[in-house]
Amino acid sequence: MTRHLRREIEKLKKKILHVGARVEESLQAAMKALSEFDEEMAQAVLDGDREIDALEVEVEEDCLKILALHQPVAIDLRFIVSVLKINNDLERIGDLATNIAERVQALVPESQRITIPGDIPELARRSLLMVKRSLDALVEMDEAIAHEVCKADSAVDDLNRKMYRYAEEKIATDPAHTGPYIQLLGISRYLERIADHATNIAEDVIYMVGGEITRHRL
Amino acid sequence: MVTNLPTKIETRDLNVYYDTTQALFGIDMVIPKNQVTALIGPSGCGKSTFLRSLNRMNDIILNARTEGTIRIDDQDIYASGVDLADLRRRVGMVFQKSNPFPKSLYENVVYGPKIHGVRDRQTLDELVEKSLQGAGLWEEVKDRLEKSAMELSGGQQQRLCIARALAVEPEILLMDEPASALDPKSTARIEDLIGELRENYTIVIVTHNMQQAARVSDYTAFFYEGHLIEFGETQTLFTKPGNQQTEDYITGRFG
Repeated sequence: MTRHLRREIEKLKKKILHVGARVEESLQAAMKALSEFDEEMAQAVLDGDREIDALEVEVEEDCLKILALHQPVAIDLRFIVSVLKINNDLERIGDLATNIAERVQALVPESQRITIPGDIPELARRSLLMVKRSLDALVEMDEAIAHEVCKADSAVDDLNRKMYRYAEEKIATDPAHTGPYIQLLGISRYLERIADHATNIAEDVIYMVGGEITRHRL
Repeated sequence: MVTNLPTKIETRDLNVYYDTTQALFGIDMVIPKNQVTALIGPSGCGKSTFLRSLNRMNDIILNARTEGTIRIDDQDIYASGVDLADLRRRVGMVFQKSNPFPKSLYENVVYGPKIHGVRDRQTLDELVEKSLQGAGLWEEVKDRLEKSAMELSGGQQQRLCIARALAVEPEILLMDEPASALDPKSTARIEDLIGELRENYTIVIVTHNMQQAARVSDYTAFFYEGHLIEFGETQTLFTKPGNQQTEDYITGRFG
């Protein structure tokens, strides 16, 4: 009985990490599509989201199955509940990557007329790192890594605010190119939200490891 | 101290031996009043020994020896001069296997009160109805109280045993695996009943079924090799146990 549960949990762990890896790839591809104004790559991100959605459903079904059949308690229960929530956050990150890809497609025709400000790749680098580290925290059940991720969020918020001021200024001085700057601002906001989801994942890891719900308190 | 609730039972440095084998080691436990306390742990961990020590049922086991104190409402139940019949009236017990007497339903329920000297027919009638109501059996059997208890189903027999325990108006009910021999529906009936009984009684239940402990109890105590490892609110113990041994046991990693 309990060996079944162990096996199911190991399988689930692999699967959620697979979802995480797919989401990371998707986000990286979206950012590469932006830096290279590559419409095809952006389209590949959009097409790939269906797979992530399917994986999300699969993980959720596995969690429900384990809850119904094994009635896990303690660390096992906390793990399953955390995976349910992390799964949701990962899927949302995947959606945000497709939102970025859509903005990239809208920007491609303008590619000769605009430059991407350095804060955007910096935002992307930081957000992606937070996603990666939150998944590391999950794999290693490491609260310290999770706390690190939570702390990293405010720098991302700052960069996003900076991007807002940048776009505001550009639109004021160069009203002919309002469209592309709004697209860029959108990308900045999506990246900031990705970092928020990574923070959620980290908070779920903190709960899973220590049993303490820290959300809204950190 | 796990709670601010009023205390019903308190054990201090309780040690129980069978011959030279020590079954319980220095158990300090405060069992709150009008709550359900579940005792869990692997076979041989001492949980049943602990349960039996609460109404001195270990006294009837040859070579069993008890040290330490157990207080019920500040009365030391191991003090000399304690009336065992009175103690066991106050602390009723329900066993794993239902054990109705081969008598009518009515006679089963009034057996205890009669021993304690109740003779008045009307009083006995009232006790029968009240006890069977309390055990959730009245509606099913009120028209056949003269029938033999042996004709009841397993689940009904177990509820009859609970009614029999209630008839002497105890304060505490000890239950030793009360549902382990029952089908899921009868088990659910007993579990619901435990929830209702806690209004008026302090309940201590031994169960091997951890989900059952999680469902029915307010507090859970985990015993292992004669030691009380962890005692706390059931919700906490099953979501966030404080002790690694508890965690390993309830998640099935050992035991």
